[in-house]
Amino acid sequence: MALSRELITIFLAVIFVNNFVFMRSLGLCPYLGVSRHSSSAVGMGLAVIFVMTLSSVATWMVYRHVLIPLHIEYLYIIVFILIIATLVQLVEMVMEKTSPGLYRALGIYLPLITTNCAVLGIAVLNMNTFFNAQGPVPGSFIKCLVNGIGCGVGFFVALLLMSGIRERLEFCEVPESLKDIPIAFIIAGLIAIAFMGFL
Amino acid sequence: MKKTFTNGIIRENPIFVIMLGLCPTLAVSTSLFNAVGMAAAVIFVLVFSNLVISLMRKFIPDKVRIPCFIVIIATFVTITELFMHAFVPQLFESLGMFVSLIVVNCIILGRAEVFASKNKVSLAVMDGLGMGLGFTLGIAVIALIREILGSGSIWGFKLSLTYKPLLIAILPAGAFLTIGFLIGLINIQKARMQRAGRK
Repeated sequence: MALSRELITIFLAVIFVNNFVFMRSLGLCPYLGVSRHSSSAVGMGLAVIFVMTLSSVATWMVYRHVLIPLHIEYLYIIVFILIIATLVQLVEMVMEKTSPGLYRALGIYLPLITTNCAVLGIAVLNMNTFFNAQGPVPGSFIKCLVNGIGCGVGFFVALLLMSGIRERLEFCEVPESLKDIPIAFIIAGLIAIAFMGFL
Repeated sequence: MKKTFTNGIIRENPIFVIMLGLCPTLAVSTSLFNAVGMAAAVIFVLVFSNLVISLMRKFIPDKVRIPCFIVIIATFVTITELFMHAFVPQLFESLGMFVSLIVVNCIILGRAEVFASKNKVSLAVMDGLGMGLGFTLGIAVIALIREILGSGSIWGFKLSLTYKPLLIAILPAGAFLTIGFLIGLINIQKARMQRAGRK
């Protein structure tokens, strides 16, 4: 019971209170790049949820069962980034063979995810929060999993909000010098202020 | 060679013109000290990864070049992280996980792909230095504005005793607003220069 309550807290906190985009400013390049239209935002958002969940699980397993027993925790950067790159590649290949429809929808966003710092960010954050000097905290696997899903959902929410606003902006008169990227930053700033209400 | 060096600082400034490496820029520019520390780490990684990639450009097969680049970059990031942890623990503490996230900083992989893998060693190192200094300039300007507004100080020295800090400036929302308006200003300046050029 206590664990499930804790999991719900983790899930909601990572979506609203510690939203990766608005509160930690992670994953900004894809955030500004694909938030011009809702359709691409949904595709990218789903791909991110998918990869973040998988990479949270995979990095937990490797960190817990390979790096800690071998006492090479300090190599985590190299190991994590390789896991994520391989995973993205693997997901792309499996998806292409098994579900071409989904592949066409998400395919072009997948390669972009390797260099999305939010994906490496969630792996590093999981490692920092759910492992201490003695090893994993109790229930760390399920907590990592929930944190990964929540973080992906948070990114999805951020993308969706932004793309909705930017689609409307196309019909507005934005000052010439603020068009496209600068106004997107200013909007992100205003949304971030709104998200501070959850603190 | 001089042109390669100055190219990265102004004309192709990574932050304001090509807009790469935004996540660390916004996240750690809360004070000038953090920003300069981050920039030093980025310069180190950028110069050495450019050097090694340029040295090895004839041996790296074209098909697996991206994973190779990532491993080289990750190695230097690990070195930086261990070094910072040992010698500047205070800085390491305040930069947090953004030190390890240098590995997915698009500037570094971008320069490896676009420049270092195609040019000779001396040019690659110059390009790394120039781009690194351009990054430093960008992040320092943002950090200066945010520190003055948000804490009323420069490099930790209080400017005025009666100033009431504008807290929003050192929160993520302030980072978004600052960079949005800065890019807007740069666009105005660019348009003005273009008009002058036409006359």
